This record gives sequence, C-alpha cells and structure tokens, in this order.
Amino acid sequence: MNKPLKQHLIDPEICIRCYTCEMTCPVEAITHDDNNVVVDVDKCNFCMDCIPVCPTGSIDEWRVVVEPYSLEDQYSWSELPEQEEIVGGDEADTGMEALDEAMAALLAEAHAGAGGKVRAPATASKPTVNLYTIGKPATAKVTGNFRLTAEGSDNDVRHIILDFGGQPMPVLEGQSIGIIPPGTDADGKPHLPRLYSVSSPRDGERQNYNNLSLTVKREEGGLCSTYVCDLKPGDEVQVTGPFGATFLLPSDPDAELLMICTGTGSAPFRGFTMRRQRETPASNGKLNLVFGARRPEELPYFGPLKKVPEAFMHKVFAFSRLEGEPKHYVQDKLREEAGRVSAMLTNPNAHIYICGLKEMETGVEAALDDIARGVGLEWKTVRDAMREDGRYHVETY
Amino acid sequence: MQDMMNVSYDTLIPNNVGLSSDKQVLKALEKWHPGYINWWNDLIPQNFQESLVYLRTAVSVDPKGWAKFDYVKMPEYRWGILLAPQVEGRTIPCGEHAGEPAWQEVPGEYRNLMKRLIVIQGDTEPASVEQQRFLAITAPSLYDMRNLFQVNVEEGRHLWAMVYLLQKYFGRDGREEADDLLRRSSGSEEAPRMLGAFNEETPDWLSFFMFTYFTDRDGKMQLESLAQSGFDPLSRTCRFMLTEEAHHMFVGETGVGRTIERTCQVMKENGIDDPYDTDRIRALGVIDLPLIQKKLNLHYTLSLDLFGQEVSTNAANAFNAGIKGRYHEHRIDDDHKLTNDTYTVWDFEDGQLVRKEVPALTAINMRLRDDYTRDAAGGVGRWNKIIEKAGIDFEMKLPHEAFNRKIGVFADKLFDPEGKLVSGAEYDAGQSQWLPTHADGDYIQSLMVQVTEPGQFAGWIAPPKVGIDNKPGDFEYVKLAMA
Repeated sequence: MNKPLKQHLIDPEICIRCYTCEMTCPVEAITHDDNNVVVDVDKCNFCMDCIPVCPTGSIDEWRVVVEPYSLEDQYSWSELPEQEEIVGGDEADTGMEALDEAMAALLAEAHAGAGGKVRAPATASKPTVNLYTIGKPATAKVTGNFRLTAEGSDNDVRHIILDFGGQPMPVLEGQSIGIIPPGTDADGKPHLPRLYSVSSPRDGERQNYNNLSLTVKREEGGLCSTYVCDLKPGDEVQVTGPFGATFLLPSDPDAELLMICTGTGSAPFRGFTMRRQRETPASNGKLNLVFGARRPEELPYFGPLKKVPEAFMHKVFAFSRLEGEPKHYVQDKLREEAGRVSAMLTNPNAHIYICGLKEMETGVEAALDDIARGVGLEWKTVRDAMREDGRYHVETY
Repeated sequence: MQDMMNVSYDTLIPNNVGLSSDKQVLKALEKWHPGYINWWNDLIPQNFQESLVYLRTAVSVDPKGWAKFDYVKMPEYRWGILLAPQVEGRTIPCGEHAGEPAWQEVPGEYRNLMKRLIVIQGDTEPASVEQQRFLAITAPSLYDMRNLFQVNVEEGRHLWAMVYLLQKYFGRDGREEADDLLRRSSGSEEAPRMLGAFNEETPDWLSFFMFTYFTDRDGKMQLESLAQSGFDPLSRTCRFMLTEEAHHMFVGETGVGRTIERTCQVMKENGIDDPYDTDRIRALGVIDLPLIQKKLNLHYTLSLDLFGQEVSTNAANAFNAGIKGRYHEHRIDDDHKLTNDTYTVWDFEDGQLVRKEVPALTAINMRLRDDYTRDAAGGVGRWNKIIEKAGIDFEMKLPHEAFNRKIGVFADKLFDPEGKLVSGAEYDAGQSQWLPTHADGDYIQSLMVQVTEPGQFAGWIAPPKVGIDNKPGDFEYVKLAMA
C-alpha cells in the first residue's frame, strides 16, 4: 500500500472561480477548466500563499488520500468528496496529525490519554502540518533565550524565541514543531527531531512578526533539551513541522476553556491565552486555568500570569512543595473548583484541555470522575461525548 | 478639517511607492485627501460610519500581507496605494511595441488615450459606492452588511489607486481629473458619472448582488485588460486591484446563490413544485425564480453595454499601442500583434443576425465581451446546481446578447431573450416576463428589512456556507453604533 499523503483541494461548491489563487501560486500548481479550479498534487508544495488571498474560504481544504485525486477527478466534481476512511483508521496511520511516521507516532502517544479517537474543536482554524520535514527543514534564528524559573531552582525552564525570517511558518496555538539536534547518533545517523509545543499565538510571539516561542525544560542528560536550553541569540536551528491537528483552540469566542497543566505543559495554554487576549480582549469569564508546579519560583510564566485579570481568566495554582504548606496537586484544586468544573461538563460550549507529564493523567481523571459523579453524571460517558465533539483534549508525555 | 493637513501621510496612507520621498505627488495627494474624506463622510449614513466593521485591510502586497482582518470604523480604514511588485525585465505584451521594455513613464504619443482610460476606470469606483449608499439600512444580516462595506471601502481604495496614477504621471491635467472624480456624482443632473450603468441607483439587495456579479465583473475584465498594459505602473496597480475585485465577485455570486437556495428551500417546505406558482411563493416571503431570472436578464444586458461597440477603432488603437491587452494576454499563444488575424462578431444584415469575420484588431471589445460572457456563465451553472439539488424544474439562463441592448449593433432593435427579432407588439406582450416590472420592484422592496441580530438572516436569503475569515455562524461582523 502507498503511504497516505495529505492533498490540497478546493471546494467547488464554495469557490467562485476568480482565479486569484491561480495567479498567486508561485509554482503554478493551481489551474482551471470551465468547471473548476484545481490543485496539482505533484506541484503543490504547501507554501500556503494561496490561502489568505482566497475571498471565499474554499481554498483551505485538505484530504488524506492513499491515491491522490487527479486533475481530471477534480474537474469533474460538483462537490468535495468526504474524507475517506483510510485503512488502519487511527490518527497515526492517517497521518492527519503529522504526515510523518515518527512524529505521528509521538503525537498519537501524547494524545492517548484522551481515551479514544481525538477530534479538533469544530470551530478551530485548519492547521498546516508537515510543511518542513527532516529532508527539507526550515532554518530558524534564535532571537531570545530566557530563564523562566528562579536562579536558585534546580529546575531550568527556558523561554526560547525563534525567528523564521522569510520562510512561512503557519503554526496555530496548540501545535508543535520539531527541533533537530545537530550531530549524529551511535549509528552515525542524524538525530530525529524532538517535539516541542509552541507557546506563542499564531500571529507571532511579537505580534505580526514571523516568530514563535517554545517553553523547554532542561532534562538531565537530555540531548535535545540541553541543546535547546543552551542556544544563544543568533544561533541557527533546524526545524520541522508544524505538527498536530486536534489539540487546537476553538475560534468561537464564546467557547469556554478549562486548561489543566503542569510545568511546561503550560506552553500551549500560553498560546491560547495570548490568542484570546489579542482577538477578544474584552471577553470575560471564558478561560479557566489550573496550573501545578512545585513552587511559584518554578512555575513558568508565574509573573506574567498573575497580571492577567481574574475576570479574563480564572487562575488556580497548585503547589506541591511549598514550605509549611500541605502538598497541593492539580487534582486537589479541581475538586475545590467542583462547582465550576461540573457546570462545564454539561455546557456544550465548554472544552477541557490537559497538558503536562503523563503521571498527571490518573489523578486528574479521578478528580473529574468524582466531580461528575457528584452531579449524577458518568465521567466516561461525558468524556467520550466531549471527545467525539472535539471538546476534550489530552497531550501528555 | 484643519488638522488633516498635518497628518503624516507616510504613516496614514500605507503605500509601497515611496510616497515620503516623492514630495510633489505627496503634496498633490495631501490636497486631494480632505475632499475624499468629505466625500466618504457625506456618503454613508452616520451611524454606520461610527460602527465597528470586521474588515480586511491590505497591509502589504505579498500574499501574506493583504488580508489582515480586524474591526475598523470605516472612515479610519487605511486606504493605501499599493502596486503589485515590479517584475524584473517586463516587456510590453502586445501591439506594435510588443517585446520592447515596459514603460515606466507615460509615452507622450499615448498620453491622452491613457489618461482617458484611467479616468473612465477611476470614475466607476466611487460611482458604485454612491449607488449603494443606502443599502446598509436594509441589510439582511450583519454578515451581508460587512460584505457591502468591504466592497465599498475597496472601491474607495481603487479610486485612490487611479488618483495616484493621475497625480503621479499626468501633471496638472491629472490633478484636475482627480478633482473631477470627486465632483461628479452618480445620478446627478449636472455632473453625472461617465458611464450610464453607474448612474442607476441600486435599490435593493438582489440588485446589489446582481450588480456585483454582472457589472463588477465588467470592471474585473477591464482591470484584467489594463493589467496587461505596457505602462507598467498601470499594470501593477490593476494586478493588485484584481485580488480585491475577487471579493466583489464572491459577494455577487454567493448572494444570488443564497437567494435562490432560500426560495427553493421554502418552496419544498411548503410542497410547491411549480416555480411559476408565483403568488403562492411570494406569499411566503421569498423571491420567485422567474423574477430572479428577470433581474439576471436586466443586469447582464446592462453590463454588456459597458463593453462598447463590437467593432471599435479606439479599442484597436489602445491594443496596438500596447496600453490595453486582451484577457490573459500572457497566456494567449499568438504573435500578440493581430495584424493579419480575424475575429467573429455579430452583425445585422438584411433584417438578420449574422456572424461575420472582421479584422481581429478592431474586435478587441467583442473578444473581451465574449470572455466576459464565458466567465459570467460559470456562476449561472452553479446557481442551477442549487435548483437541481432541490429537485425543482427550472433553469437560469443568460439571455441572448441581442436582448435589451442600448449600445452596439443590437441597439434600437427589439429582440426577445432567445435572440429572435420581434415586433413592437410582441415585445410589449413579452416584456413583463423578460424584465422586472415596477410591481416586481415593489415586491422585492417589501422584503428588504434590516436584520441586526448576529447569526440571523432575513427570510428571503439563506445563510452562507462558510463565514468570512472562517468565523462561526453567529459572529458579530458589524458592531453597530447606536443611532
């Protein structure tokens, strides 16, 4: 069987045949007959130049296919075919998340905690995936590397800013990129990329700059994290991605979010929050954050987070190593917030996101289970329904 | 208006033409700007001027930069002067100078011809805003209101684009012409707009959709042929304008399509299969398909008149001079000079319509009109798919190009929509089935009610399939200022 691939298509029902995309495409991948405007799968290189110029929204369509649709197929359509069930069926096989076996497998593993096939929020923007690959990575320049945790702490978490210059890097909040550490492994092969969640919003760490930020913790003996945490401004980094097509922010400004994280699991939520601040700064009461760390000094972005008004985002911190205090974990805080959380379980506009270390899953699930039971609900049923609806997302590692 | 003079235009007017170092043009634009702002402020009812509209603004001319969406008050929209990037080594694409380097300045011999073309193009831009000035009051949804305003601000920007060319390249004459663009006014007795179709009011939203579909498409074809100009600044200007014009085509095609969709839906819901059962259909508050066909007949034929005479020496001269090319000139595989070629046009001989070969050079208008008709037919096909999907037996059709014409070989003669020559009596008998009557206009007018609840639509039109900028269905596209 051929390896499935992602194909760019145009929705003929929405397209008005203005040919703006065709005139914009730098590689002449787009062409038309009297009926339809179509994309040549052999030429399209996912540069995305055609996406913003389309006046209709018909251009942003993608299908994972084993056998790509030919130009003739596309000319004959009066509507876009449904996404076919690809044999094997799950996320890693279809490659919708990453189109790269290694990356897809990593993401499938990270999303396993959701307990079933995950879906993107219905109103999320359509993500770009796999624009850059191991064979054809992007080169980013480091423009900043700041320590987020207190100097005395043995926990070194870094805020890294990468600038992509003229290369398009269309990332959405919640997506990840791969970093290729330099050098080779014991067999003399280049290292595989490591995945890091992007912690900035889609329009740049600094608005309208083509840059993004990562939140990276130095791991003892970690090859890639050591490399990333030691980067200096001006250094060049090989990047793959973007990856991830389900752990995304709903575009609906009324969607309510419960974000549960520990440590660097806060990265995607920083992106979510900044996106909301830039898009709907006056929208109050929609965001809730439950954030766990050992101490305030080790909680990434603790300072900036405290400045986010409580009305804009309800914030609850759980510290497990606070001198003279009992240990608090995120699940304890969830239970304290049972009223708020249980209301979200039955709210069709509510989304739950969990991000952090794998170990947090069990505790969080147990707390949610208890909270559901407290209001006469069965957690598994609620969870499965929310997941099916694109409103329950887990990314743990 | 005092403070207008002190505005830093280099920041107020986004431009990629180096305005700040071009003092003379900068000064001319500074003098022109307050008049433009006055024109805009007097035009559109005040409470809409103060409303926040979710608009797309071009901030640069590369694909990533020209579709930034945000809430803007229309008078604060950043009307910029934006030219598509210069193509290295571009040559004149057609006519006797074909293959020579493109002109960066206006060649003296073609100065007047070129100025005339730019003025005519420029005149249509503010005219259409004038024609549509009261439509927001009856907008069927906030989504549609936003689309109207987007079209309006971009037509305003297109005026800026033409004014820039006039002031930059045509000296005192150009400045006077630029002032006249603000002096003329659609439907005015004393100083009407230059082309007839732009002096008709756009009385209702179906007319607006038909106008953007058929009449703006003429504008698109004219821009396409000017984008092929050997005068490089004109070509670059028009190429960028075309990217915006596409949105206007979109508003028209989907607007008519959504009207048709809603009619079909209401017919089905009420068990009406006969599209000609118009009394029952109208009693349900939707626009019957035969009336939509009549509107189509009217707007299509009015727009055909904008292409001028079938055989035209002016058009031949403009092509031959390399000022105006054909539609997609760069993709046509011939010598681009047309010295020995012929083209088939309609003529009228011995009481009969005949097809006749004429020198291709003189048939430039006709060729562009044929390209236009082909382009316009595409959307009609899509509309028919909506009707077919609903299982209703009715087909929208472009009428024969002889029907209802005021300019060219068909003018002053009576044809039916099939292109058959008919007597005066036959025409009178058929007219109410072919073209909208006053009663039809009154009926459409009676449906025009403003709907301002986000996500809600007037009863005669279906919601769109996809939101602007991928926004959800109940997105508040316009935050209305309280009147």
